[in-house]
Amino acid sequence: MSSYRVFRASKASYIAAAFGLIALIFLAAAPWWAGRADMRLLSEIFLYLALASLWNLMAGYAGLVSVGQQAYVGFGGYMLFAMTMFGGLSPLVAIPFAGLLGALISIPVAMLIFRLRGAYFAIGTWVIAEVFRLSFAQVSALGGGSGSSLPAKIVTSMADGREAREALSYWLALGIAVVVIAAIYRFLRSRNGLALTAIRDNELAAGSLGIDIWWMKFVVYVVSAALTAMVGALIFLQKIRISPDAAFSVNDWTAFVIFIVVIGGIGTIEGPIIGTLVFFLLRETLADLGTIYLIILGLVAIVVMLKAPQGIWGVLRSKFDLQLFPLTYRVQTTSSNKGGEQ
Amino acid sequence: MDWLNAIVQGMLLGGLYALFAAGLSLIFGVMRLVNIAHGDFIVLAAFLGLATTTALGVHPFVAALFVIPAMAVIGYALQRGVLNQTLGDDLLPPLLVTFGLSVIIQNALLEVYSADPQKLNAGPLEVTSIPVGGLSVGLLPLLTFGVAVMVIGGLQWMFYHTALGRAFRAVSDNQDIAQLMGLNRRHIFGLAMALALAVTALAGILLGVRTSFDPASGGARLIFGFEAVIIGGLGNLWGTLAGGIILGVAQNIGAQINPGWQLLAGHIAFLVILAVRPTGLFPRMSG
Amino acid sequence: MPEPMLQITGLNSYYGDFQALYNLNMHVDAGEVLAIIGANGAGKTTLMRSITGLLPNGPGEVTYKGDAIGALRADQIAFKGIALVPEGRQLFPSLSVEENLLIGGQTGRAGPWSLDKVFELFPILKERRSAPSTALSGGQQQMVAIGRALMSNPDLLLMDEISLGLAPVIIKTIYDALPEIVGDGMSAVIVEQDISKALSVTSRLYCLQEGRVTLEGQSKAVSRDDISRAYFGVE
Repeated sequence: MSSYRVFRASKASYIAAAFGLIALIFLAAAPWWAGRADMRLLSEIFLYLALASLWNLMAGYAGLVSVGQQAYVGFGGYMLFAMTMFGGLSPLVAIPFAGLLGALISIPVAMLIFRLRGAYFAIGTWVIAEVFRLSFAQVSALGGGSGSSLPAKIVTSMADGREAREALSYWLALGIAVVVIAAIYRFLRSRNGLALTAIRDNELAAGSLGIDIWWMKFVVYVVSAALTAMVGALIFLQKIRISPDAAFSVNDWTAFVIFIVVIGGIGTIEGPIIGTLVFFLLRETLADLGTIYLIILGLVAIVVMLKAPQGIWGVLRSKFDLQLFPLTYRVQTTSSNKGGEQ
Repeated sequence: MDWLNAIVQGMLLGGLYALFAAGLSLIFGVMRLVNIAHGDFIVLAAFLGLATTTALGVHPFVAALFVIPAMAVIGYALQRGVLNQTLGDDLLPPLLVTFGLSVIIQNALLEVYSADPQKLNAGPLEVTSIPVGGLSVGLLPLLTFGVAVMVIGGLQWMFYHTALGRAFRAVSDNQDIAQLMGLNRRHIFGLAMALALAVTALAGILLGVRTSFDPASGGARLIFGFEAVIIGGLGNLWGTLAGGIILGVAQNIGAQINPGWQLLAGHIAFLVILAVRPTGLFPRMSG
Repeated sequence: MPEPMLQITGLNSYYGDFQALYNLNMHVDAGEVLAIIGANGAGKTTLMRSITGLLPNGPGEVTYKGDAIGALRADQIAFKGIALVPEGRQLFPSLSVEENLLIGGQTGRAGPWSLDKVFELFPILKERRSAPSTALSGGQQQMVAIGRALMSNPDLLLMDEISLGLAPVIIKTIYDALPEIVGDGMSAVIVEQDISKALSVTSRLYCLQEGRVTLEGQSKAVSRDDISRAYFGVE
């Protein structure tokens, strides 16, 4: 007789958790060891990591392939500007409110574009982003088509002195990335996360098991919109300037994000992390090439999609049976009988 | 009179949008592929037209005689070389690969032509207009509309009265059984993409003659074509013409109210139709 | 002894990880009408898909007129003269009756069959030639499916469960047409669950069970007991 033990965590995941914790402490201490330029770069990395993880939650788990997430990046940015400039709110308070408003606006949007299937859904999200862009370009109080800058007194109100401000801004970026990844991890481990995985693996079967597919996708869409709007608010808090073209740029907030997820490995939590690192590594080494760099990025994404659709992490995982974020269940026999091993 | 004029001009503009949509609709109909780079191919065709007119000193419409076959060859090669490998049950590969293509085309054009707006010069044709019942209708928009009607009529005829059209429909219905009839679906898909990009070539030339374009103009063209397809109803070619007209009229009415509202009005018309008639006005098949 | 028209040697077929056929050996002689019988899930339809190239095989696992065709694509095999009447008819819904037949002639192979000849065989199809194929009754659809396969003038005609779901009177009409279909020396393979029907029109049979050949013999010579043993695997 053999008995079985079902577990999720593996040795690799414990080691990864320990390393992650150390890395997190190290990164949180960056204001004491890193220069200003490094901190800005790291902030940008964290914000892209958050965007990529959110896009991956939608496309890789819920089957919602969006090319219009710039709608919520820009919306969050504009809400931050509006609430601090006209509502007198502190930026720190305005950020969660931007997320809340992002969630609210995403509800009617979801009800409308969920009528489109598959690839047409993707283009529908783009239309929504265009509607947002054109609408904000009509708001003269926010500078219309040319945009506006955040008044200096709002910026200085965040913290005393430039160094403190920069540290705060850095911690916010690190914080949102951690919050987003932790939230996604918790969500995927929950009952709802299992339902989502079931939908991804077989929508028909999941439906017949009584999982409300529409509702699950709706929840993912709204939560992603809220968090994306918060990331957007942070992005433009750092940039201090906003304009419709920058806020709703399909290249900056969607194309790069998609490449990050595809190259890193779609449908895994680790994929966007690896993808973000690769993306910035490429960017820092090839950015001088300008448009050529973007052509290379496009080619790499196509080749990955054709030759290794699971991305870098997918290849590593299948080679070494790794999982740093323990999501799947593993079965192990605990007797001498090896027959039950999978 | 201004309003009537806006509506008439909008209808004629709808012809151009229908041309944007026809290629999109064709390849979706045959192989359920949505080409995110479709708009960039329209712009690529316009740039190929520009290259031909400057190299040979010919009229843009003469250049079309080179650009159309060139785009068809690109379409066939692209389908056989890349896109056929992405087709299957999974939605992501075709979507992401065509998205990658879109970025590549845009930046390659940027590398060669810079971000400056370009235009195709069609000479006196651009300013010629015909008085119709108190309105002055431009010859070029009228010509564009006529071309759109002919292209859609031609595609419709091809689909229902030729062996190639029969093969397109058969492969669309059931790929396995179509293979049993001796149809190589990879070749058929290649032909469909060739035809779609040939239509796209025409659309690109007419776009370039009508307005200025730059390497980043593709996204908006994809969206207009897509909106025309959805408004008209998936899989209905004449429906895309109706969809294009509705979009063009909505944009022109919006512009009549406030110049800043032109594009917004078109998108809102699309969203309203999506809200009240999600399958479009003249649906033929389910997506 | 002349070489068989179709020779299947050591064929293993898979659906993903699931193996449907195991080391199958079988042949079809020129001009012969052969029956393949077996219960649901025995692998009959898989065998049809393997022969026609819809499932990939090793090159040498299927040879036809001396050529190794196992690794060819379905459309290439169609040009060589193998046609299938698929299980469940599977007409093209967006094509009319006549277009369904015409597309069957896509390969342009020469031979006795033409649109007129099919209409002669099944006159009802001529009346309904412009109707959408979805508007026909099941029996008429089966006639179109057979006509569609004949339009390619095949040398080997495979028919998968042509009586499935049809009324007895329709089945009789279709089976009555069989001698005329194979009269020109065409080879045919008839896959059937209705054993007596299959035996009445064929000269030889194979019985499949769980992906393996369990019986081979002359249709006239095999006994009922042999068949039920091979069919159900009961001793």
